[in-house]
Amino acid sequence: MTRNRTLNIGLGLVAFSPFMALLSLVWTPYDPLEINPDVSLAKPSLSHLLGTDVLGRDVLSNIIVGSRTTLLTAFLAVLICMVVGVIAGIGTAVSPRWMETPAIFGIDIILALPTVLFAIVLAAVYGPSTFTAVVAIGIALSAAVAQVTRREVNVILSTDYVVAAHASGSSTGRIVRRHILPNIRASLFVQASGASAIAILAESTLSYLGLGTTPPAPSWGRMLAASQQYLIIDPIVALWPGLVIVITVLGFNLVGDGLREALDPTLRKSAS
Amino acid sequence: MSLLEVRDLVIKFGDKIVVDHVSFDLQAGERLGIIGESGSGKTLTSLAVMGLLPDTAMATGSIQFEGTELLSLSDREMSKICGNRIGMVFQEPLTSLNPLMRVGKQIAQPLRNHRNMSLKAGLVKALTLCERVGLPDPERIVRAYPHQLSGGQRQRIGLAIALACNPVLIIADEPTTALDVTVQREVLKLMNELVAQEGSSLIFVTHDLPVVSSMTEAVAVMQHGKIVEHTKVDDLFAHPRHDYSKKLIDTARATEAEFKRFASGAPV
Repeated sequence: MTRNRTLNIGLGLVAFSPFMALLSLVWTPYDPLEINPDVSLAKPSLSHLLGTDVLGRDVLSNIIVGSRTTLLTAFLAVLICMVVGVIAGIGTAVSPRWMETPAIFGIDIILALPTVLFAIVLAAVYGPSTFTAVVAIGIALSAAVAQVTRREVNVILSTDYVVAAHASGSSTGRIVRRHILPNIRASLFVQASGASAIAILAESTLSYLGLGTTPPAPSWGRMLAASQQYLIIDPIVALWPGLVIVITVLGFNLVGDGLREALDPTLRKSAS
Repeated sequence: MSLLEVRDLVIKFGDKIVVDHVSFDLQAGERLGIIGESGSGKTLTSLAVMGLLPDTAMATGSIQFEGTELLSLSDREMSKICGNRIGMVFQEPLTSLNPLMRVGKQIAQPLRNHRNMSLKAGLVKALTLCERVGLPDPERIVRAYPHQLSGGQRQRIGLAIALACNPVLIIADEPTTALDVTVQREVLKLMNELVAQEGSSLIFVTHDLPVVSSMTEAVAVMQHGKIVEHTKVDDLFAHPRHDYSKKLIDTARATEAEFKRFASGAPV
């Protein structure tokens, strides 16, 4: 019961951003890029529900459109980190013993590399964009995914049923497909939801530092960065992007926790 | 030529010798029991034949199966023999089955590996195999997950997997240790019948002397990694030569005597 509740609340919070992203395709209260100096830093009112920023742009419209950047970043970064991480994790676990040490060393190096530093290098070479941010986040997160996956695969490789699969003549490829992937699936879902939360935070951080999404494209992180300069005059402008980031990240974390419990095979009812 | 010839098999973990110059022959259709206490090297010997030793173990010597030297085969070549010419039954029927795969698919696995069968054809054959190992309602069984079956049913599945490709040699590593005593007897009886029907050879690894005497004609007694006595089961009971063999027989007899006393109602 409790675990379903965690999962449901998480899914509800996470559903918030796709809903806004879909909404942005058909309707926004104002053009998010429309500048209107007359209403600079307006308080929330009926005409501007969440107020306006220093250039008089509607905050609600920007948050609604910004959800697209956030979702796209989370989706692509998680896709990169899961594909790279799972292949590296399984690969290093089933490879011959002599390859193990260099492989772990490689994973450790990427783990030790700060995401922001990596993003600065990428942005310096290819110019800052949502795409370079996504690649930097994806690669940085893949090391952690690879490490966890490697550990999980090693546990499964030592189980009796993998030994039994060898005994019935299964090749390594078949063992990975039929035995390892199905048995680490639950852990992969949990890792993916955790990685989504980190990716959203990282995109906000990078945009805040000017290494991610470039102006004028709306992004929650960049909105936060812009509002910082007017924090003393109008603190409420910073509240809204901060709030939606917290809601979405909290949602993904709750989904991760809920999944961890819901997919634990020892908690599953037997169907006999 | 013997079906299986093991010569001077030595298995080491680092400097620690766990199987020490083990040699034995097995003819086609012959049944051999390997008996010994935990750590005597009996399980490692059987795993070495299947090429399933852990990476940390080093095996030297020679294992010839149908004229092929198994110790020098690559993993790929070895996997053509495992499950095809040699079938294995494991000790723990629950952990040796994938918890997330329906058992029908697991029975079909060796057939798909070696007979190039499609999943569909494999599942049809799985139904016949379930019937052969005496599982009632095979249609339901093949769709079940391992945790939905009883211990005895699971070990019957284990037997079905081992027999799927009609192997010439079956290796059973303590196949009844994890089962209830009543179920043990049924599974042993079934194994006896199936091995006889197939005409395959059998290596039966156990620590239980009465069990081995009901399954095999010959027995090899292992202690501290060595075969200390290799003889017919009847001879072992009549004239045990090694002290350890004598101890095994005495223990088995003492248990039997105690059981008789208990059954007759005398105070223990």
